Amino acid sequence: MLKLIQDTLTSQVHTLWLVFKHAFVKADTVQYPEEAPYMSPRWRGRIILSRDPDGEERCVACNLCACACPVDCIALQKAEDEDGRWYPEFFRINFSRCIMCGFCEEACPTNAIQLTPDFEMAEYVRQDMVWEKEDLLINGTGKYHDYNFYRVAGKSIKGKDKGEALNEAEPVNVRSLLP
Amino acid sequence: MNWEVGSGLNIGVILLTVIIVAAMLIWVERRLLSLWQERLGPNRVGPFGLLQVVADMIKIFTKEDWVPPFADKFSFVLAPAIIMVAILLSFAVVPFAPGVGVIDSNIGVLFVLAMASIGAYSVMLAGLSSDNKYALLGSLRAAAQMISYEVFMGVSLLGVVALSGSFNLREIVLAQADGWYVIPQFIGFVIFLIAGIAESHRLPFDIPEAEQEICAGYHTEYSGMKFGMFFVGEYLGLVLISSLITVLFFGGWMGPEFLPPIIWFVIKSFIFIAFFILLRAAIPRPRYDQLMSYGWLFLLPLSLLNLLVTGAIILST
Amino acid sequence: MSLLFYLAAFVAVISTVAVILQTNVVHALIYLILSLLSVAVIFYVLGSPFAAVLEAIVYAGAIMVLFLFVIMMLNLGQHTRDQEKKWLSLKGWILPCLLAGVLLFQLVSVLSSYDQNMAPETVGVLEVSALLFGPYVLAVELASILLLAGLISAYHLAKK
Ligand code: SF4
Ligand code: SF4
Repeated sequence: MLKLIQDTLTSQVHTLWLVFKHAFVKADTVQYPEEAPYMSPRWRGRIILSRDPDGEERCVACNLCACACPVDCIALQKAEDEDGRWYPEFFRINFSRCIMCGFCEEACPTNAIQLTPDFEMAEYVRQDMVWEKEDLLINGTGKYHDYNFYRVAGKSIKGKDKGEALNEAEPVNVRSLLP
Repeated sequence: MNWEVGSGLNIGVILLTVIIVAAMLIWVERRLLSLWQERLGPNRVGPFGLLQVVADMIKIFTKEDWVPPFADKFSFVLAPAIIMVAILLSFAVVPFAPGVGVIDSNIGVLFVLAMASIGAYSVMLAGLSSDNKYALLGSLRAAAQMISYEVFMGVSLLGVVALSGSFNLREIVLAQADGWYVIPQFIGFVIFLIAGIAESHRLPFDIPEAEQEICAGYHTEYSGMKFGMFFVGEYLGLVLISSLITVLFFGGWMGPEFLPPIIWFVIKSFIFIAFFILLRAAIPRPRYDQLMSYGWLFLLPLSLLNLLVTGAIILST
Repeated sequence: MSLLFYLAAFVAVISTVAVILQTNVVHALIYLILSLLSVAVIFYVLGSPFAAVLEAIVYAGAIMVLFLFVIMMLNLGQHTRDQEKKWLSLKGWILPCLLAGVLLFQLVSVLSSYDQNMAPETVGVLEVSALLFGPYVLAVELASILLLAGLISAYHLAKK
């Protein structure tokens, strides 16, 4: 009995006092539409497709993001242009299914797909939640400014032959006997 | 007879004020909770969000009022009415200030207890007629909780009754002219406070409607204005318990001269309303069996002891 | 006052008849509560406010709650309602009606020999308690011992 009374005094009354003190603390929430809350740069929000520093599309249509997506909301189709670059013919994200998990960003080998700190994407028509490549593609490099996949990859495209990529040695001529 | 009926105007004004205050409490509670939880709370509709209550009312009145086909219609419709009527009737005996009050009954305290026990039917009928297992569980819990806590509530009041020598609430207030009863009856006050929370099943004793365990308990199947009546009924109960504490233990309308008596009454009651909301913000809900054993094994002996000691002191002086 | 009395008496009689005729147990209980409450009003009108509230607290507020509690656990469905309907046949009614009629006749003849004073003086809480703990203290103590015994045996049964 005594212990119960003591518990009541030390625990319950103490709790009441602690919670009461919160009346004099500034509120953590803000008046949202007028006052924007601070969003961390690594917040996982609206998805974009970025371009490399040369202004070309980064996406090489490898489908890794679509495989990684746990809710299967990415759909894309590979195409190839005349100088050998791969690119997505269409790239579609259904944001009514996307759970903003960021797995696609993790999976992407070219840093093309990125999540941004923006969440204001409500629509009145559900069909409008499906974004096409035109909607997703931005004119910038996103979070990774210097990265250019074709400059580090071994694939040859127009203006960059084999062996010209960063940290890449000239290809060995296997038919030559010279050292 | 030995009671006076207030004028019709008096009754009407008190009834309206009590209901409006109970409705405003929805807003007050949300603002206070958000204050203690470091949020802003509803502040959009009207100045400081005051019109939130009106918005809620419009919403609740225009919602579909649905009676499930499997429910027992007679008791289903009756249940929400009972709680409103029982609690509003209890306000009849509360003396708000000199000259303000509906009746001066010689059995005021007992009348409040009787109405509290009638109110228990509302919850039970609601759960029983809904034909829903969560509702039934909720009303079983409510019934057990309410009838057991009624006992401690009654016994804890008897100390005050013995000190003032009257069941009349107005005379109890007048008897506190030279000292509030909270000092000699502190244990009675604490027990009444706890039993009052349990009686109006507010958090932390909202076991009959514990959302996390049994949906919404006895009002799971209710919608529209019938749900609204349960909702407002809960706040009416809160106002009732707070004003009863004020009357029984804190000298009712008495206070220094510079404010009119009714203001003192409102201030004191509001402090208790705020305290109840603080309890809701701070204390977690106990388990059902903990609540019952706490009541029967701790509160009952304590209140009986309190009554015994009070009686002994009164007899010896 | 006497109007209030007749109104309450009317409600009490009607709701008691409804208790008997009702086949749904829960509805019957609600009518019984109503009847008890109107009897409480009658007590009040007859000048015994204390008995009135006790009627409301103890009978309507506590005992009936326990009844309802038990009914809640029993899960009575349509079949009990049908059973009740069967029992309400004319054949089963004749004898009880006759007996009740005899009782009613006796009651009326006894009551008519008294002079009816409708509004006697009020008996307050103080007078009742003075009587209870004065001349009738032995009865009160015996009743409380009986209740205590009931409490202890209920506790014992629940412990098993
Ligand atoms: S964030 Fe997650 S759910 Fe959304 S597209 Fe990327 S992988 Fe799919
Ligand atoms: S966005 Fe990245 S992972 Fe997805 S297809 Fe394009 S390159 Fe591959």
